[in-house]
Amino acid sequence: MTDCYIYDAVRTPRGKGKKDGSLHEVTALELATQTLKAIKERNELDTAEVDDVVLGCVSPVNEQGGDIARIAVLNAEYDQSVSGVQVNRFCASGLEAVNTAAAQVMAGQHDMTIGGGVESMSRVPMGADKGSWATDPSIAFKSYFLPQGIGADLIATIDGFSRDDVDAYAMESQKRAKQAWDEGRFEKSVVAVKDINGLTILDNDEHMRPESTMQSLASLKPSFAEQGEFAFDAVAQQRYPEVERLDHVHHAGNSSGIVDGAAAVLLGTKEIGEKLGLKPRARIKSFASIGSEPAIMLTGPSYVTEKALKRAGMAVGDIDLYELNEAFASVVLRFMKVLNIDHDKINVNGGAIAMGHPLGATGAMILGTVLDELERSDKETALTTLCVGAGMGTATIIERV
Amino acid sequence: MSWENMTLDVDGDGIGLLTWDMPGRSMNVLGAGSLKDFGEVIQKVMTDDAIKGLVITSGKPAFIAGADLSEMEGSASGAGAPKSEEERVRGQFESGLKFNMLLRELETCGKPVAAAINGTALGGGLEVCLACHYRVASDNPKTQLGLPEAKVGLLPGGGGTQRLPRLIGCAAALPLIMQGTALNPQKAAKQGIVHKVVPEAELISEAKRWIKEEGDAEQPWDKKGYRIPGGGPYDRGGGITWVMGNAMLRKTTYGNFPAQKYIMRCVYEGVQVPIEAGIRIEQRYFVKLLNDPASRNMIRSLFLSSQELNKLARRPKDIPTTDVKKIGVLGAGMMGAGIAYVSALAGIEVILIDRDQEAADKGKDYSVKLLDKAISKKRQSEEGKAKILELITPTTDYDLLKGSDLIIEAVFEDRAIKADVTAKAEAQIANDAIFGSNTSTLPITGLAEASSRPDNFIGIHFFSPVDRMPLVEIIRGEKTSDAALARSMDYVKKIRKTPIVVNDSRGFYTSRVFGTYVGEGVAMLSEGVTPALIENAGKMTGMPVAPLALNDEVSLELGYHVREQTKKDLGDKYKSGPADTLLEEMVVKRGRKGKKNGKGFYDYPEGGQKRLWPGLSEIIQEADEQPDVDELKKRFLYIQALETARCFEENVLTDVRDADVGAIMGWGFAPYTGGPLSLIDTVGAKTFVEECDRLAQKYGERFLPTPLLREMADKGETFYKRFDPKKAAA
Repeated sequence: MTDCYIYDAVRTPRGKGKKDGSLHEVTALELATQTLKAIKERNELDTAEVDDVVLGCVSPVNEQGGDIARIAVLNAEYDQSVSGVQVNRFCASGLEAVNTAAAQVMAGQHDMTIGGGVESMSRVPMGADKGSWATDPSIAFKSYFLPQGIGADLIATIDGFSRDDVDAYAMESQKRAKQAWDEGRFEKSVVAVKDINGLTILDNDEHMRPESTMQSLASLKPSFAEQGEFAFDAVAQQRYPEVERLDHVHHAGNSSGIVDGAAAVLLGTKEIGEKLGLKPRARIKSFASIGSEPAIMLTGPSYVTEKALKRAGMAVGDIDLYELNEAFASVVLRFMKVLNIDHDKINVNGGAIAMGHPLGATGAMILGTVLDELERSDKETALTTLCVGAGMGTATIIERV
Repeated sequence: MSWENMTLDVDGDGIGLLTWDMPGRSMNVLGAGSLKDFGEVIQKVMTDDAIKGLVITSGKPAFIAGADLSEMEGSASGAGAPKSEEERVRGQFESGLKFNMLLRELETCGKPVAAAINGTALGGGLEVCLACHYRVASDNPKTQLGLPEAKVGLLPGGGGTQRLPRLIGCAAALPLIMQGTALNPQKAAKQGIVHKVVPEAELISEAKRWIKEEGDAEQPWDKKGYRIPGGGPYDRGGGITWVMGNAMLRKTTYGNFPAQKYIMRCVYEGVQVPIEAGIRIEQRYFVKLLNDPASRNMIRSLFLSSQELNKLARRPKDIPTTDVKKIGVLGAGMMGAGIAYVSALAGIEVILIDRDQEAADKGKDYSVKLLDKAISKKRQSEEGKAKILELITPTTDYDLLKGSDLIIEAVFEDRAIKADVTAKAEAQIANDAIFGSNTSTLPITGLAEASSRPDNFIGIHFFSPVDRMPLVEIIRGEKTSDAALARSMDYVKKIRKTPIVVNDSRGFYTSRVFGTYVGEGVAMLSEGVTPALIENAGKMTGMPVAPLALNDEVSLELGYHVREQTKKDLGDKYKSGPADTLLEEMVVKRGRKGKKNGKGFYDYPEGGQKRLWPGLSEIIQEADEQPDVDELKKRFLYIQALETARCFEENVLTDVRDADVGAIMGWGFAPYTGGPLSLIDTVGAKTFVEECDRLAQKYGERFLPTPLLREMADKGETFYKRFDPKKAAA
């Protein structure tokens, strides 16, 4: 098998995913375009050497529809020989795109590829592409469909995470994200989004709330109590009949933020790097995806981590840094509990609770984040993973070279 | 022009009036005969240029009552001996489509068709109306319009799941179809199901006026650019109905009722395609249900058997019917007050007796409260209320009982008190008057010893709350006469409840079997099963209330005392189990006596929802390995089914219909099973016995099958064949 190396990783800052968010005026196509342009410019890349661009996107309709990867390739003025494909593995789409792009290299069929993702949640709202899972009675009924937030609350209920536990985790995410920004730890990857005149529209993650306190978090209303009360708690109990009552502990302050953003990761063989004069930063050691129980939906990361570790011949303790998307606080708390991972080794620069989760892009974003951190703290191995809709998990292990 | 089941009269304007009027029946139904005629009428209307439009009405008080369910049961069990299973199923599918194509022909015949709905139109009856271009109903508030198929485990198979959503939108149509709700004409008009409500006398003329003046012969869904009201599943705003509806469906049915699930599916799939494809989709699900044992069992128990019991199939035949005009109710507590209410509601004079006037008056007040509630819901009038209340006389005076046809005793469950009121009442009533006891536990034969005429003494067991519970369990004591039984049943029919007849035994039939469900919950708890798992499993089984919650309701203290009494009675023979220790710990050591004292298996915080008592884990160590919920569900169902079989074997039960209808109506036994004996038949006696043996080995001898069951398993018999009520009657 051919080794696949990471040569570069870029991301946009994350804009608030609302009408008053800074990136709301920027099209999803433009967000993807600017990351591809950054890859091209930073590496003085002859784009004709790129074989394929794989972009994750979770709501591929309207401007995000119709294979946004190929359209972004054209808009970023890559050579017309570069193909593009959009993939959707819900919240892990960005990481899935990197894995798919890496797989092309590892399979020996392509020499240089780009994996990344894009999501303008302010312009193409979550759920805009619909889908049958929650709607078609045949599958909704069979699989005990629950909204994600109910799944997150269910995890907290089963694993006994209190409102204080999840709020404390959220506080820490905010604290770490602020420190990371203050110390410029994201500088290597973040490329400001600019307008047609070259003026900066956004150069920081604007969703952050470093001023949060336990008191301010405690005042937030649980987000999923109402739909739980309506019917979904009962559905959850039928799937998990050992639960007497659901604890609704999640709210806007301890769940991932809705934001706009894009990311891209440049991948290739050792030979293509040498040919183009690029320095490899890390090697893709293994990756994996799994399916897990779909109703609770968000327990996949621990299972996929075990699978990816096994494929790499590694153990939990062999990983220096973990990066797990902070979809909801309980997802990370469960992961740490099940795999016995110290908080100091995971999400060391904060995560989506503080900075937001641009669905299709996040996986590629946090892979870049953890690579930067490996270099900054001079560590060797990192595992990136995300929980995924409909009960899945995707993970990627990298090691520095 | 006339056919066997209908006539067609064409007036001077060329408007045909089809009058559906089946000979020798009180109601029109959709069956092979009437549909053949209907098809010919439609052909005539289509081909005869002189006919400009069609009005459909009925020659009976009701419009069309629906499909002939007895014919339907025949088709499910495969009458006509087809060559293969596939052929049989295809036959069902195609015969269903045939009826649908008839309705499709009607609505696309090119001539305006109006339904003049003169009375109740249910199921197929309403489906015929929905295939008309215009629906006018007469303003009789008793008229019921609806698609009730789901109530017996079926779905509307005549286009109802397709036309109703297309007419009023999925969000409005789904609850009506899934719950089988019937509406009166005013409500149906408000929902957009009928176009107009007019006085009876104007019904036909309004239908004809519409044909002459408006007469649009095209259904909305056949028009170009038609969009379903509220949108389809993937239209803007249309998805929420489904996302929420799917969750709601699971919340309310626990996945136990295939009909509701299939209704959701065929509406979802059907509204996304043209109506003819939708009708095919509907028919596929209809056939699937028709062959589902759950539907067959539900049709049998909830419709056919309960109807037979309501018609007093179990009444001794050769005793003339008596009209019960006056009764005495002894004891004006919760039960007595309820019995007084339902009796007065049926026009029966009631003497309501208690020890003091205040208690008797309070008993009558119960009727006032219920009637006021009915008035606020527009189900009763002030005059009606006055008339009903006039019939109830609260008193302490036994003299007033003179002239009563029947006495129902509902005093405290104490032999001495019961004996006392029995003597006092019998002193006043005629020799042939019946004395009924509403006891739920004490054997009737024993109580009858206090009576001077034990042959007229009988058990008449009501369920709480009396005004809402449809069943009455009639218990024959050893000496109870046929005449007493017959008169009691005549009374039950008059108050419009369903009677079952059982023989004497401790707990009779219903309390006895129901007790096994409650007891099994405590047994699980004492085994270390997580309390929440027990409770959820109980509800998921299809029982209306979870077992530990029921223990609290009934009172743990009572349960404890009953066990102590049994212990004393049986002496060395009593087999003490872990549940005994548990109850003793709860009641004696912890003072947790049940809901009444706010402490039981649950805590009952004031103003808050009850929560399982966390202290339970101190008393019983939860097992590390918890059972699968399906195993718990099976235990709940099988322990009850087994006890029912025992009742049958011990001659407490003598009729399969009493067993199944009584279980569902009496204590809410999982209705989708069709009842405990239907459950055994469906599982098969052999499998049932094997499973019971396995459960007995694992959880205790109470699961050991009876000799009768083993014999049936050996012979491959079913209860409904071996004890066929039709054969027994013959």
